[in-house]
Amino acid sequence: MHVEVRGLHKSFGSFQAVKDVNFSVEKGQLIGLLGPSGGGKTSILRMLAGLETPDSGDIVFHGQRVNELPPQERGIGFVFQNYALFKHMTVSENIAFGLEVKKWNKAKIKERVAHLTELTGLKGFESRYPHQLSGGQRQRVAFARALAPEPQLLLLDEPFAAIDAKIRHELRSWLREMIDRLGITSIFVTHDQDEAIEVADEIMIINKGNLEQKGSPWEIYKDPKTPFVAGFIGESRIVDNVASLRGFGDAAASAGTRGLIRPEYIEIGRREEFTQLLSATEAGRVSHIHFRGSEWLVEVEVGGIKLVTYRSLEKEVLHPGDEVQVLVHRAYLFNDSDSWVMENKLKADQNFVYI
Amino acid sequence: MTIRRLWIGLTVLIFAVLLVVPLLRIVQGAFDEGWGGFSAGISRPEAQHALLMTGIIAVSVTAINTIFGVMLSLYLVRANWLGKRLKAVMNGIVDLPFAVSPVIGGLMIVLLLGPDSAVGALLGRAGVDIVYALPGMILATLFVTFPIVIREVMPVLQEVGSQQEEAAHMMGAYAWTTFWRVTWPLIRWSVVYGVILTVARCLGEFGAVLVVSGNIINKTQTATTLVYQDVENFDLTAANAVALVLASASVLLLLIMEWSKSRREVH
Repeated sequence: MHVEVRGLHKSFGSFQAVKDVNFSVEKGQLIGLLGPSGGGKTSILRMLAGLETPDSGDIVFHGQRVNELPPQERGIGFVFQNYALFKHMTVSENIAFGLEVKKWNKAKIKERVAHLTELTGLKGFESRYPHQLSGGQRQRVAFARALAPEPQLLLLDEPFAAIDAKIRHELRSWLREMIDRLGITSIFVTHDQDEAIEVADEIMIINKGNLEQKGSPWEIYKDPKTPFVAGFIGESRIVDNVASLRGFGDAAASAGTRGLIRPEYIEIGRREEFTQLLSATEAGRVSHIHFRGSEWLVEVEVGGIKLVTYRSLEKEVLHPGDEVQVLVHRAYLFNDSDSWVMENKLKADQNFVYI
Repeated sequence: MTIRRLWIGLTVLIFAVLLVVPLLRIVQGAFDEGWGGFSAGISRPEAQHALLMTGIIAVSVTAINTIFGVMLSLYLVRANWLGKRLKAVMNGIVDLPFAVSPVIGGLMIVLLLGPDSAVGALLGRAGVDIVYALPGMILATLFVTFPIVIREVMPVLQEVGSQQEEAAHMMGAYAWTTFWRVTWPLIRWSVVYGVILTVARCLGEFGAVLVVSGNIINKTQTATTLVYQDVENFDLTAANAVALVLASASVLLLLIMEWSKSRREVH
């Protein structure tokens, strides 16, 4: 289903939950609404579902305005955060509910329920009650139940929030695969950036009721349009006097410019580890190191500026107090009026020489 | 150790003195002239009539309060078209009958709908008696038992939340289907619990009914007001006989309630 939202506003009392949100979703896409808790993501989802009424703005499905349509008529599957399974019904009764409401005939219902339990790996659990299932199984029942009436749009509110970390990972890929196979347009809400990046075709970053940016995970990572997006995706450090870093002197051109530098923008090592790019590096001192399981997280100080970066476990282990060379590849710069990505000037010059 | 024994002994003693002894005394009093005295006591026409009145009141009051109690609970918990502040005020007013003496409740009905009031006079001319007649007695008992079902159902509705209902809406179920297939199974046992307490309260109501009914024998007399009159007339065997019928009904109801409580924990 093609979904379009225009000028959506919603406030609860004096609190503005959603402010002038516009977007469209192509058929078959999987969209992640990502942002901090209380940012308005769930309100957007609930308005799409018809569970909340927008104060103003249009919600358009297939070119048709559906604002006045009650949730029952919208043909949407909704997976709630805590699944909201009917606790007095068994797994198969839960899945059959929507079909019974739609007055399908008994044989067809039975067939559809069997198909969905098979698809979601719930075979053998049909006559269990929700309280007899694990978190992951409940999630799948909720998913199967939402899909049963063959919705055109699937909405998922924090689908993995209540599941422990390890199973969450499995379920994520399972869900992605399932949605791909069914080709159903889906929108899910999450506050977990890894989840959004891993699962979604496109991410919409929502903050304080505003849609900050919409794009593929790679676009959002590579080219953040607002300081909030830049800071929200990935780990990062804000540097006030970014112009004092080697290669970023141009940042001083406009007053009040600050830099946001991600760990992966930075390389550190002993002198001999840098060959061609040595002239673009500057001296720093390791202040702390943390073991991160698959890599080192190194805190390094360069002329009073504190930076963080990762270092491979394969390389020589650094210690606090070590003198190292630091290469900052790029920084995301922003001031009150503008924001842009700046590459290390010295590095660019050098590349030019070698070409 | 001895202090603990003392406390246990005291508790058992109070339980016995307050609850068991009176019950046994009623049984003894009802049968002090043997089975004949008991059956004579309850087969008097006025006793038959009084028990019938009590029965009619219990059934109609319970039916009305259950339906409207469940509806009001749903509105107070779920309706978002009611303002938050209005809901809080309504929620407070619901408890009024618990706080006000039943006699005062009865008196209010007499003042509002009695023959001397405007509405009462109007209805009286149309041939409808409210006060000193069955409708007034039902009204008085409705007032007294109004909060019971609501106080049982509301906490359960709040606890289960509205997500299951919203899930049903998303699957195409409208309000009526959602209520019967989703909400009702969730609140069923708390409604049963409220119904039983309401019936028990109807059987035992005295003050409000006495004020409103005028206690006219064979007309507006209920079982409790008959017991009161028998005692006044020193007809203790008859009083005990009717009291025993009421007490047995209540005990039976409470036993059913205990059973329903254990059922409630199944889901």
